[in-house]
Amino acid sequence: MLGLNSRDTKLLLLVIALVIFAPFLLNPFPTASNLGESFNAGYPALMQRFVIFGLLVIGFNLLFGLTGYLSFGHAAFLGVGSFAAVWMFKLLGYNVLPALVMSTIIAGIFSVMIGYVALRRSGIYFSILTLAFAQMMYSIAYSDLIGKFVGTPITNGETGLQVYASDPQVLQGANAPVLPHLFGLEMNSQTTLAMGGWEFTFQVGYYFAAFFLVLGFYLSIRIFRSPMGLMLRAIKSNQTRMSYTGLNSKPYMLAAFVISGMYAGLAGGLMAAMDPLTGAERMFWTASGEIVVMAILGGAGTLIGPVLGAGMIKYLENIVSKIQKDFLELWFAFLPDWLEAAVVNIIYPFVGKGWHLTLGVMFMLVIIYLPGGMVEGGQRITARFKRKKKTDAPDGAKTPAE
Amino acid sequence: MDEFLIQLLNGLDRGAAYALIALGLTLIFGTLGVVNFAHGALFMIGAFCTVTMQRFLNLSQTVIDDTQKDFLGNPLEVEVPYVQSWFGEAAGLAIQDWSVMLAIFLTIPVMLLVGYVMERGLIRHFYSRPHADQILVTFGLAIIIGEIIKYFYGANPIQTPMPSAFLGTWDMGAAFGLEANSVAYPKWRLVYFFFSALIIAAVFAFLQFTTFGMVVRAGMADRETVGMLGIDIDRRFTIVFGIAACVAGLAGMMYTPILSPHYNIGMDFLVLSFVVVVVGGMGSLPGAVLSGFMLGILQSFASLKVVTNIVPGIDQIIIYLVAIIILLTRPRGLMGRKGVMED
Repeated sequence: MLGLNSRDTKLLLLVIALVIFAPFLLNPFPTASNLGESFNAGYPALMQRFVIFGLLVIGFNLLFGLTGYLSFGHAAFLGVGSFAAVWMFKLLGYNVLPALVMSTIIAGIFSVMIGYVALRRSGIYFSILTLAFAQMMYSIAYSDLIGKFVGTPITNGETGLQVYASDPQVLQGANAPVLPHLFGLEMNSQTTLAMGGWEFTFQVGYYFAAFFLVLGFYLSIRIFRSPMGLMLRAIKSNQTRMSYTGLNSKPYMLAAFVISGMYAGLAGGLMAAMDPLTGAERMFWTASGEIVVMAILGGAGTLIGPVLGAGMIKYLENIVSKIQKDFLELWFAFLPDWLEAAVVNIIYPFVGKGWHLTLGVMFMLVIIYLPGGMVEGGQRITARFKRKKKTDAPDGAKTPAE
Repeated sequence: MDEFLIQLLNGLDRGAAYALIALGLTLIFGTLGVVNFAHGALFMIGAFCTVTMQRFLNLSQTVIDDTQKDFLGNPLEVEVPYVQSWFGEAAGLAIQDWSVMLAIFLTIPVMLLVGYVMERGLIRHFYSRPHADQILVTFGLAIIIGEIIKYFYGANPIQTPMPSAFLGTWDMGAAFGLEANSVAYPKWRLVYFFFSALIIAAVFAFLQFTTFGMVVRAGMADRETVGMLGIDIDRRFTIVFGIAACVAGLAGMMYTPILSPHYNIGMDFLVLSFVVVVVGGMGSLPGAVLSGFMLGILQSFASLKVVTNIVPGIDQIIIYLVAIIILLTRPRGLMGRKGVMED
C-alpha cells in the first residue's frame, strides 16, 4: 500500500489506529474514579503533546537514528517554527495553514544555514556546534536582539510572543474565529462522548495534529526505505569508507539535517496552532536534551521507537508528576505500618516534583543496559518467548532492527 | 579608559571561571577521550560543598546564658554555634567568616571521591561505546545529580556570604596612578582570579614536573605504548579524572559568593565551557586556558557601551559567533593537536 511493503503497512496502520483510538485507549479507567484521576491521559491537551512530540522525535530520528549525528540543538528549530507560526497569526490571521507552511519553511531555512556550518565537523564537534547554535538562538530570542535591531519586537523577549487585537491580521475575515482554526474549524472545539462512567473527548486540534504525525510517520518510512536512507545508514556505519568509494556524503547529510529541522519546525508550528503563544524557553538546550532522551528511550534508528519514546515520556511525565504523598500512602495502605512508611519514603523523592529524577534514572538505565531503547527491549522479550516455543527451530527468531 | 580597564578585569575574572571548567573538561577528554556532560554537575557539587560547610559551621546548640535575662527575668536561651563554644567566640566567628575558604577541606576529598566513583563505576564501561553514548550517559548523570541536589537543598539559590575581609571593592585606579575611585573592583573577584590562576599553575606544574604527570602526558599522547611499557595507565587516568573533578569543584566552591548556587548552576556553565574547549582545541590544555580567558575578555569588551551602541546585545552571542568563525577557519581549534578527535 502506498509503496510500502506489507510489514511497513502494518506498522503504519498500527500507528493510525493508535492515534485514532487514543481517546479510548488512554482512558481505561472511569473518569471520576480514583484510578482514573491518576492514570487517565486521554484529555486533549495531553494527547496533543503526544502527537506533536511524536512528530518532532520522528524528525530527530531521521537525523540521529539514520546517520548517528547527535544534534543537541534540535529545540531551536522547534522554537523557530513556533515563532514563525505566531507571526503568521499576527500578520495574516488565525488560519493555521499558512502558519504551518511558514513555520516549516523558516525552520528549513535555519537548518540549511546551521547544518551547512555544523556538518563541517562530525562526532562530538557536531553535537557541541549544534548545542552552541541553539544556545545562541535562545539568547537572541530571549533578549530579542533582532527586535532591538529592527525596532519592533520580533520574539518579544521574556514576555513571549502572542497575538494582540491591534495586530494587522490582513486575511482575518470579519466573522472568522479569533482562535487558531482551519477554514473556520476551530482547533479547540471538541465533542464529548459519555458512556457509563467513562467520558471520551474528541478534539479537532488533536486529530489535526495527529494527521501530521501519521503523514510524518509515513514519510519517515519512505525515507528509511529509500536509496537516500541507505546512504544515510552508510554514513553511520563508516563515513570514511563511503567517501573512498567516491560518494560525497555532504549533500545527504545536509538533506537529512534539513528534513529533520523541518519536522521540528512543523511540530513547533503545531504547538503554536494549539495554543497561539510562544516563548524563548522552548529553545533552551534542556528542551533539546528532552528530544534526545525521547528518541533514545523509544529506540533510535527504528521506525516506531520515536513515537513510543515520545508517548512514554509525556505520559509518565504527566502521571508521575501528579502523584502526591497521600496517593502513595493510599496505595500502600495494605502494608504493615512500618513497611508502608519505608516504602513511601523511598518512592516519594521520585514522584511529584521529583519527576526529573525518575527521568534521569530511567534514561541512564536505558543507555547502560538497553542501548536500543524500548524497541530493543520488546525484541528481546519476543525473542525469548519464541525460543521457548520452538526450541528446534533454526535461528529464525532474529528480526532485523526495525 | 576606566571603563575599558574595568571590563578587562571583568573579563579576566569571568575567563578564569571558564578556563577552570574547560581545563577539567580537557583533562578528562585528553586522557580518557570522554566528553563529560556531567562536568557542570561537578562544578555544582563544589558549590554545594561550600553551602554544606557553611551550614555545618553554623550548627548550634542551645545554651542558657546567665548574663542576659529575658523580659520575665529568667536566664535567656541563646543559640551558640558549636565552633564558637569549642574554640572561643572570636576564633569561632573567624572560622565561620572564612567558611568559603575552609570548604576546601571538604571539597577536595568529596570531589576526589566523586570523580573516582564516577570513573570506576560508570564511565569506565563506556570507553568502547560510541561517543554519542558517552555524551548521553553523562547527560543523564548530570540530570540525576542536579535532582539529588534539588531534593536536599531545595530549588532556590542559596546565598553564601564571603569572608568579611574581602567585602567591598579595591581601588585599582589609585594603585596604577589613575584618579581615585575611577577603577574600583570587587575584592572577591580579584581573589577568585588569583585563586584560579594558582590552580591552573598547579595543574600544569603537576603535569610538567612530576613523574606521575609525565606518565599521564605520555598516556595522552599514546595510550597503547605506555600500557605496553608495563605502566598501569588506567589507574593513573582514574586519578586524573579525580583531579579534573577537583578542579571543577574548586571552581564552583569559590564561585559561590559571586553567584548564589542553585541546582541548575552547572548546566548554565557547561554549554559555555564546551564552546571554550572547542575553540581552544579539543585535548589541548593550554588551548583551554587560553581560550577561556580570551572568550571571557571578549565577552566583557562586547558589553562595553561603545560596542553595544553599535550592535545591541552582541555581548550575549559573541562567544558563539567567535566559536563558529574559529571552527570554520581553524577546524581544530586554536591549539588543537593533529589526530585528536579528527573524525
